[in-house]
Amino acid sequence: MKFEDALKKLETIVNELESGDISLDKAIERYQEGMLVSKKCLELLDKAEKKVEICLKAKDGSVKIKSFKEKDHNKDKNNI
Amino acid sequence: MLERKHVLKVSELTKDIKLILETSFGFVWVEGEVSNLRQPSSGHLYFTLKDELSQIKCVLFKNQSQDVNFQLKDGLSLLLFAKLSVYERDGQYQLYVNKIEPKGKGSFQLAYEQLKERLIKEGLFDEAHKKPIPFLPKTIGIITSSTGAVISDMLHILDKRFNNFNVLLYPVKVQGPGAKEDIVEAIEYFNRENNVEVIILARGGGSIEDLWAFNEELVARVVYNSKVPIISAVGHETDYTICDFVADLRAPTPSRAAELVIPNKADLYDKIKDYTWQINRTLRDFIPQYQQRMDDMTSRLSNTLSGILRDKRNLFHTEVSRLNALSPLNTLNRGYSITSILDSGDLLKDAHKVKAGDRIKTKLSQGSIISIVEGDSDEI
Repeated sequence: MKFEDALKKLETIVNELESGDISLDKAIERYQEGMLVSKKCLELLDKAEKKVEICLKAKDGSVKIKSFKEKDHNKDKNNI
Repeated sequence: MLERKHVLKVSELTKDIKLILETSFGFVWVEGEVSNLRQPSSGHLYFTLKDELSQIKCVLFKNQSQDVNFQLKDGLSLLLFAKLSVYERDGQYQLYVNKIEPKGKGSFQLAYEQLKERLIKEGLFDEAHKKPIPFLPKTIGIITSSTGAVISDMLHILDKRFNNFNVLLYPVKVQGPGAKEDIVEAIEYFNRENNVEVIILARGGGSIEDLWAFNEELVARVVYNSKVPIISAVGHETDYTICDFVADLRAPTPSRAAELVIPNKADLYDKIKDYTWQINRTLRDFIPQYQQRMDDMTSRLSNTLSGILRDKRNLFHTEVSRLNALSPLNTLNRGYSITSILDSGDLLKDAHKVKAGDRIKTKLSQGSIISIVEGDSDEI
């Protein structure tokens, strides 16, 4: 599930519960679901790893992806 | 009468004129207004430059016209740097244009305005064509120079807002020869590989000439056709490039683009916490609501029940009093009595039904008596 979808789902559950137009059984069911989705949201937020990479063009025109370290590129400052 | 000493051929004369013109004038700066502009299939441009009083023919050869970044049009005021010479076949003196600048404003400014107008008409800036920027992109493609402050500032801001983001940088020249080709290649690469969810096209501030790559029609069209949404972040707040108008979103600076592309993680945490709290609270509110409903029901039920009982009791009393009214006991109260045959219990309505010696029961208002029949009153 994408984070955005999970967050939307959480929002829908809150709205549904807050409307009060729902049976008790359904409310408890939605509550449990809401708690699961909330946990999922937090997981998704923390899951992604930080990765900064750079595309480097080889002589044959192919593009290789390498890890990007700013200091390696700041040697020549002639670019803007 | 002049002596016919030396006769010149037309071509010789023309050559002489040409030589004199070329040597005495050479290159000149001339200003005037364009008219009669035409471009035959050869690609060379021919026009007349004129003012209120005079006009002069001009030629701009194809290889030189490619350096002109704006569109020549009739009515445009120009400043030309040109060589005066003669087109020998027609004996026509004319200007061979070397440099050309719009009068009043810079050529870049004019080219920018012309391209902007043309692309607006073509619909390249239409809001309807703009793609939404994904809410939390998995990977952000950045097209800018790999050195300098722009990428460094952007990475810094991204890091502050969301510590676990993915960036794929495609380094490009952002000005000078090769810049537009680089930018086009980068956008096409991201579209081909489809390995980023959003692209930020970024460059720091500069003069219109410095930012020119972002005003190139070629770049504008590639931005327009990109399937990956593009945020344009070129120059400072006040600089608007053609790319800014064509892109799906315009950020006033590269740093702002970094803020726009990704939400603040702390805000997201807060939002999730708020929602979770709300879910908890609504459910907590739910239970007392049901309890109250149950209480309501119970009291309504007992109210209804006692109501029904009261009604029934009233009905009973009415029936009883109606019954009372009909009761023979009331008649007895007035002194009448009821007599029945004691053995059978049959009511006695006819004196002939009994004979002497039969026992009868007479019910009075108060109590009853048992008597023995002596005979009927006719016999006594």
